[in-house]
Amino acid sequence: MATRMRLGALALGLLLCLPAAVRAEGEGNLRHAENEVRNRASLQRGARNFMNYCSGCHSAQFVRFNRIGTDLGITDQELKDSLMFTAERPFETIKSSLAPADGRKWFGNAPPDLSLIARSRGVDYLYTFLTGFYVDPSRPTGVNNEALPGTAMPDVLADLQGLQAAEFKPRKADDAAPPEIERLKLIAPGTMTPEKFEEFVRDTVNFLDYIGEPVQVQRRDLGVWVILFLLVFTGFAFLLKREYFKDIH
Amino acid sequence: MANPSYETTSGGGFWGWFNARFPLDKMLKEHVTQYYVPKNINVWYLFGGLSLFVLALQLITGIFLTMSYKPAASDAFASVEYIMRDVEWGWLIRYLHSTGASAFFIVVYLHMFRGLLYGSYRTPRELIWIFGMFIYLALMAEAFFGYLLPWGNMSYWGAQVIVSLFGTVPVIGDSLAEWIKGDYFISDITLNRFFALHVVAIPLLLVFLVVAHILALHTVGSGNPDGNEIKKHKDANGVPLDGMTFHPYCTVEDVLALGVFLILFCSVVFFAPTLGGLFLESPNFEIANPMQTPPHIAPVWYFTPFYAMLRAVPSAFGTQIWGVIVMFAAIVVLFFLPWLDRAPVKSIRYKGWIHRVWLAVFAVAFVILAYCGMKPPNPPFPLISRICTAVYFAFFLLMPWWSRMGKFKPVPERVTSNGH
Repeated sequence: MATRMRLGALALGLLLCLPAAVRAEGEGNLRHAENEVRNRASLQRGARNFMNYCSGCHSAQFVRFNRIGTDLGITDQELKDSLMFTAERPFETIKSSLAPADGRKWFGNAPPDLSLIARSRGVDYLYTFLTGFYVDPSRPTGVNNEALPGTAMPDVLADLQGLQAAEFKPRKADDAAPPEIERLKLIAPGTMTPEKFEEFVRDTVNFLDYIGEPVQVQRRDLGVWVILFLLVFTGFAFLLKREYFKDIH
Repeated sequence: MANPSYETTSGGGFWGWFNARFPLDKMLKEHVTQYYVPKNINVWYLFGGLSLFVLALQLITGIFLTMSYKPAASDAFASVEYIMRDVEWGWLIRYLHSTGASAFFIVVYLHMFRGLLYGSYRTPRELIWIFGMFIYLALMAEAFFGYLLPWGNMSYWGAQVIVSLFGTVPVIGDSLAEWIKGDYFISDITLNRFFALHVVAIPLLLVFLVVAHILALHTVGSGNPDGNEIKKHKDANGVPLDGMTFHPYCTVEDVLALGVFLILFCSVVFFAPTLGGLFLESPNFEIANPMQTPPHIAPVWYFTPFYAMLRAVPSAFGTQIWGVIVMFAAIVVLFFLPWLDRAPVKSIRYKGWIHRVWLAVFAVAFVILAYCGMKPPNPPFPLISRICTAVYFAFFLLMPWWSRMGKFKPVPERVTSNGH
């Protein structure tokens, strides 16, 4: 029985390691967002950042203003006064001011909807993307991006962050592979210090994480109670089973 | 006093009246309170009951999802997000259903492995195994059809890949793929028919097959880890000496198993519903886009062993059908298991080291195949997949020979322990 339990524990351990093993590839170069989706102040700042810097071009078509209000502790009046630029009533969803057809015409791509971007790409990707713009005169927008080379998105946060230049890893002249970025260096300061800017992006990514699955905090909180109940239930089930099996010899 | 003879045969009151007209009492006795199960069954025998629980869970959560889901290419993706965000407790129902799909395969794979360990498919239980294999097939169809419904990008391209497999059939391939899709590409029409199959046809088939599986089991009786038959030794009343009644003994044991299962299951549902992209893949949080494939198309984990086999076989003579044949053969061969196994004993307990090594190598190869199927087909994975595919088929096709080899211990007449 002991061997069997050890084997079971081993199998379970392997099963739990599997996602990490499958995920590991291709995420080596991302900087960690380290956002806290329970931090309400950060989410409120993130909502402000999103509405001011993202919603001009990006929609979040599944996200309702009043849901944000309820979850982040913002009143309907505050929503109307400072967040709802594109909507009249609090139950409306976040629409962008940019028509998709115009987006396609101006940028080559319609800017994607951001409701689920944190779920499809991951928060670390978003953090690296938003902090990863660098000057590249060969691009129509004048900038390129570390996380998404050749992105159509202009560096809308350049005022805050300043401009970065990429330093590439040394390589042979006949190397056909695209150059790899060693690091990004600030070449012209913005209105924010690098630390302030990182906070700004972390808050924004935090908000994107939250709108990806607004229920996630309640889900985890409820989960604790469910597991506690199940532990008690299973304990009683074990006692009941032991009692009945006293008859079996 | 319409018919006094009916009133008197089954006792009085409503219970008597009812049972004179419907064999409820008889059925309960036959299948629950007087169905005898070997008292030495162990933890491996709990996964059948858990499979039944997960089936019920999927049916019930499925009904509630259907109330808010819209099977149309233009609405499906948004309706899933509506369930996740606006429907009361919709997120919980959806996560129970999506996690339930993976849980179903976990318990079914463990249930099938129990069959391999203890020879549960051997005479007289061949038909139980066959019904079980049809359940497994129906389950795979159910999972495949269901996976298209959220209309995410992985849904779309996953369905595209699987349907294109049918396109490799010579001569009729293209028309066959078109017939399945009902269109020239995966479209609104495909989504609607997959919805019909997922919520009506296959669930009905599954329930019917499960009933057949259990009726066949209760006809011949449950097996046990010793591989002998408890029906051979009965007391004066015809009760098996090594048996215990299904209720209350198996039912309390199943309730305990359910508690342990639910702790693991709810840990996923509440703390890691995507399980790092394994149960819900991240490209599926983007809407289906026929113009853009995900960076790497892989089916959900429960199909990946077979997907790895498909990719392991190179195309030859200008067609890729060989991989498709190998993949389907990998499932078909399972049906013949009762006749491939020629060992004189059923249970691994009384078999020699050759059997243990074969079974262990087979299980490891299956898990490695599952892993290879998740990875992009770059070296060394194609080579590893080929080796493991060879092991998989060798296990079954050489079984008539290796299963007779080695030393066998005598099987005891009576069960050896009460297992608890």
